[in-house]
Amino acid sequence: MTWLHPYARFVCAATLLLITAGGMVTSTGSGLAVPDWPNTYGYFMFSFPLSKMVGGIFYEHGHRMIASIVGLLTVGLTVWLWRAEPRRWIRQLGVAALATVILQGLLGGLTVLYFLPTPISVSHAGLAQIFFCLTVCLALCTSAGWHRSGALDTHAPVMRDSTVLALATGLPLLVYTQILIGATMRHTGAGLAIPDFPLAFGRLVPPEWGFAIAVHFLHRVGAAVTALAILATLGHLLAHHRARRDLIRPAWLLLLLVLTQIGLGGWTVLSGRAPLINTAHVATGAMVLGTALVLGLRVNRHRFPDARRVGPLRARAPRTATEPAAPGAPV
Amino acid sequence: MADGGGGDAAAPAAPAFDPATAGDVSGMVMLDGELPAAEELMMNSDPVCAMNATNTMSSTFIGSNGHLGNVFVYVKEGLEGQSFPAPTGMVTLDQQGCRYTPHVFGVRVGQTLEITNSDPTLHNIHASPTANDEFNMGQPIQGMRFERTFDNPEIMVPFKCDVHGWMNAYVGVVDHPYFAVTAEDGLFDLSTLPPGDYVLEAWHEQLGTQTQNVTVTTGQTAEVSFTFTAP
Ligand SMILES: [Cu+2]
Repeated sequence: MTWLHPYARFVCAATLLLITAGGMVTSTGSGLAVPDWPNTYGYFMFSFPLSKMVGGIFYEHGHRMIASIVGLLTVGLTVWLWRAEPRRWIRQLGVAALATVILQGLLGGLTVLYFLPTPISVSHAGLAQIFFCLTVCLALCTSAGWHRSGALDTHAPVMRDSTVLALATGLPLLVYTQILIGATMRHTGAGLAIPDFPLAFGRLVPPEWGFAIAVHFLHRVGAAVTALAILATLGHLLAHHRARRDLIRPAWLLLLLVLTQIGLGGWTVLSGRAPLINTAHVATGAMVLGTALVLGLRVNRHRFPDARRVGPLRARAPRTATEPAAPGAPV
Repeated sequence: MADGGGGDAAAPAAPAFDPATAGDVSGMVMLDGELPAAEELMMNSDPVCAMNATNTMSSTFIGSNGHLGNVFVYVKEGLEGQSFPAPTGMVTLDQQGCRYTPHVFGVRVGQTLEITNSDPTLHNIHASPTANDEFNMGQPIQGMRFERTFDNPEIMVPFKCDVHGWMNAYVGVVDHPYFAVTAEDGLFDLSTLPPGDYVLEAWHEQLGTQTQNVTVTTGQTAEVSFTFTAP
């Protein structure tokens, strides 16, 4: 049990690396540099000679290898959780992560075999973030801090504050939507549809519209909305829950990340989509999502089955006789 | 170098009309303005390419004295309803020195296109047509070859190597033998055309397309010229 949490964190970090490697594949246009799948130019993946990892193959084959390693790490995590984790929902989360990473690998293969159709490539990008979120959940929920916070002894003010609940719950969903818009833009080649930044064709709103310009502009609007939502969350936490350092810290981190992210987005456009900058934008996007998720989970701590409902700080009001029991609720 | 690939264009084996009535088209493609300097292709992402390449200049703009090369010229309209015997020879697209040879070429519908790898490195051959089936195949070993055919006319089918991002080629797929690719001198000939009125189109990978009307009369050579504007 002691090493389970560090291992879960390691899987989480490896997933971020995997997303970055996948970002490099798209940023360098190497998605089809290896035409076959699951083999690489007829070789079994791990026997493909390193000396042949040239040009676009370096990114595509490298991504496949890192993906395989993350897949194996996930098998390890799921098995470990299944054997050592007492909380059933976390064990199930582990199984969900394993299923997701397998599906993700299949989507990756499928998009290669069908020459990168936009829906499959965008799904591959979107599912990558879901898998990353699952590893974030597992890393967080196996931590000592999560266990301690289950006592809910300081959680009552947050539980009763519907504004912070709404903000912190909505934020990961907002960031995820924004990432999906970004992925659609990226996989339809619309990343430079608006060539200037921060203005659009020298104006606040583009003078002409088409799919590419629309999806690109939507991503910029989404960035502004996300940044404002993060500011609102941070402001609200500072005003009302200043003592909750476990919430204040991720909120400050979110602000720092989202500002970096907007800078990287603008730099991506102005650099004509330089692969390293473009990929840093993808990786930072995942970090924004992961951080928003940590904040969201901590704010919703009382809703988890391992929250100990003690004393006056009950998560739920005691059921009255007239209220029907929720299905599956412990009786 | 800009061999049209359709070397048999001038003499269809068994024309569907009397060749004695045929006329010819002779033309040139000009460039108005200065020919852009050829870009140097950065091949250092594959050491084999960097070491073995003999030509590292982009083929997008070639030409001399106001003439433009690598332009695909073909009869776009005027041959409807006529059928032409299937070509016998095959067209070869070779990967040599980490570039495609030829860079622009033509092939007949149904004609065998042979794709070969003369390089001691690996390539993927990714064609992204819209009217034909897309394909992406690997040739990891020097000397490998395979054959493909296209079922439908299409101007142009792009070829790309995703290993070496600078490698690209374009093939015009036509259902008749009247097409040509200009060399640096910008000249082209379309021989042994049935008499009639035609629309010719000239295609360049960056400068787009232009059309010209031409009337072919028996025993005569009609002159045509296209002028693209330098970017
Ligand atoms: Cu290549």
